[in-house]
Amino acid sequence: MSRIRYYAPAATLFVAVLVTWELLVSVLGIQQFLLPRPSAIAAAFVDHLDELATAGRNTLIEAVGGLAIGGVAALAVAGATARWTTASRTLLPFAIAANSVPIIAFAPIMNNWFGVLNPLSKMMVVAVLVFFPVMINTVRGLTLVEPGSLELMRSYAADELAVFLKVRIPNALPYIFTALRVSATLSLIGAIVAEYFGGARSVLGQFIITEAAFFRFANAWAAIIVASAASIAFFLIILALERVALPWHASARATDAL
Amino acid sequence: MSEAVVRFRAVDKVFGSGADATKALDRIDLEIPKRAFVSLIGPSGCGKSTLLRLIGDLTRPNAGTIEVNGKSAHRARLDRDYGMVFQSPVLFDWRTVMRNVELPLEMSAIPKRARATRAQEMLALVELTGFERRYPWQLSGGMQQRVAIARALSFEPAILLMDEPFGALDEMTRERLNLELLRIWQQTGTTIVFVTHSIPEAVFLSTHVAVMSARPGRILDVIAVDLPQPRNDLTREDERYFGFITRVRERLRGGDAARPRAVEVAAS
Repeated sequence: MSRIRYYAPAATLFVAVLVTWELLVSVLGIQQFLLPRPSAIAAAFVDHLDELATAGRNTLIEAVGGLAIGGVAALAVAGATARWTTASRTLLPFAIAANSVPIIAFAPIMNNWFGVLNPLSKMMVVAVLVFFPVMINTVRGLTLVEPGSLELMRSYAADELAVFLKVRIPNALPYIFTALRVSATLSLIGAIVAEYFGGARSVLGQFIITEAAFFRFANAWAAIIVASAASIAFFLIILALERVALPWHASARATDAL
Repeated sequence: MSEAVVRFRAVDKVFGSGADATKALDRIDLEIPKRAFVSLIGPSGCGKSTLLRLIGDLTRPNAGTIEVNGKSAHRARLDRDYGMVFQSPVLFDWRTVMRNVELPLEMSAIPKRARATRAQEMLALVELTGFERRYPWQLSGGMQQRVAIARALSFEPAILLMDEPFGALDEMTRERLNLELLRIWQQTGTTIVFVTHSIPEAVFLSTHVAVMSARPGRILDVIAVDLPQPRNDLTREDERYFGFITRVRERLRGGDAARPRAVEVAAS
């Protein structure tokens, strides 16, 4: 009951916006290709359900695969930089420089390297895109350890490995999950934009530009809804993983937030 | 002369180098007998924390020798002779209370069952039975500090080093934890070195109060506090308790250099 009451204002607003949108488009006589009515988008969604589901799945696979590749690489580099100062001095400047490069500009190159129709070309764009946020957050989590914790471990005559396993990694986990949550959204953006540069027909990016090219904007809008849903689903999966992996942290945040 | 657990001989500690060098500790000679409760008291910057960290081999002296249990402080650290309690509890957020207490036992590769039993005993000692599965952030500051004490005692260290452990707590919690600490000290028989800013706390707890001066840090005097044991709330109303407080305060105020630098803690 209290839950329903909690979400009621947001739900009301959502419905109100849809109704207003529907009415405004009719009353002002806005052209369908400029802004389709919500009911038209819903109809397009139902009509193309199979196609959208396949495209959504394929794009999501690219996003998840890319995040996995980029994430693993980022964790490895972060681990090395936190462990060896030489590694940090050698790699960090490049990582920071690489971060200011508009990664998406590499999409055509990736298409060239891995093949336009190969999902790997999109995954690589996503991987490069998520690499930096995951890496920098992991480095932060591994190094921003309370000095007292290190002294405590020192008083137990703990070696570097024990400090790494018992202090640095647990300390870094919340930082890593924060980065993964941001990257979940980022990876869908990356995958779809990379698809605009060419790809198989059955992906969201290609679906959107093809439909838009034929002025079937209601279909494009329906695909955008699928993309949003995929992005939210990915985010929620990471959030769920976080709750399982860090029970102490998730519940701590829940108490703080509410 | 009873067996000394800690022995400082002409120890200097300098921070920085060249023109920026500051002498934190100047020719410290100190002996701490077994089972003693020694408080280090002095103004900020007198090097009392540094002295504690030297015993614990968290920092090294620039001159002189430090012996702990008849070996170097470094060797003693590797042998896990110390339990440390800091001003902040330094508990790991990702571990339950129980697993925080087990941490040093894990480091000594004690089997899981034995760890659990020992942790339970220690939590009982600090009166936190029933809180095993809580996380540190679910406890009050005083309770967290008790977990830190349980953790420091769990592996039966020869020496407990405490750096203003109750400094961040309110007066009432502090007084209660003082009593609890004394009870634990009596029960376990460890030697305790305790850094504090509070004169009454130092007098109430200690068998010896080492009064220090600042810049450079020196030990001005070691006052043997022979108030009867075990101490309790009545101790705080004892006339001699106030007498000792006055003595410590006067020594702190009249930090003159005429006094001998080298002071030995008399055998208790």
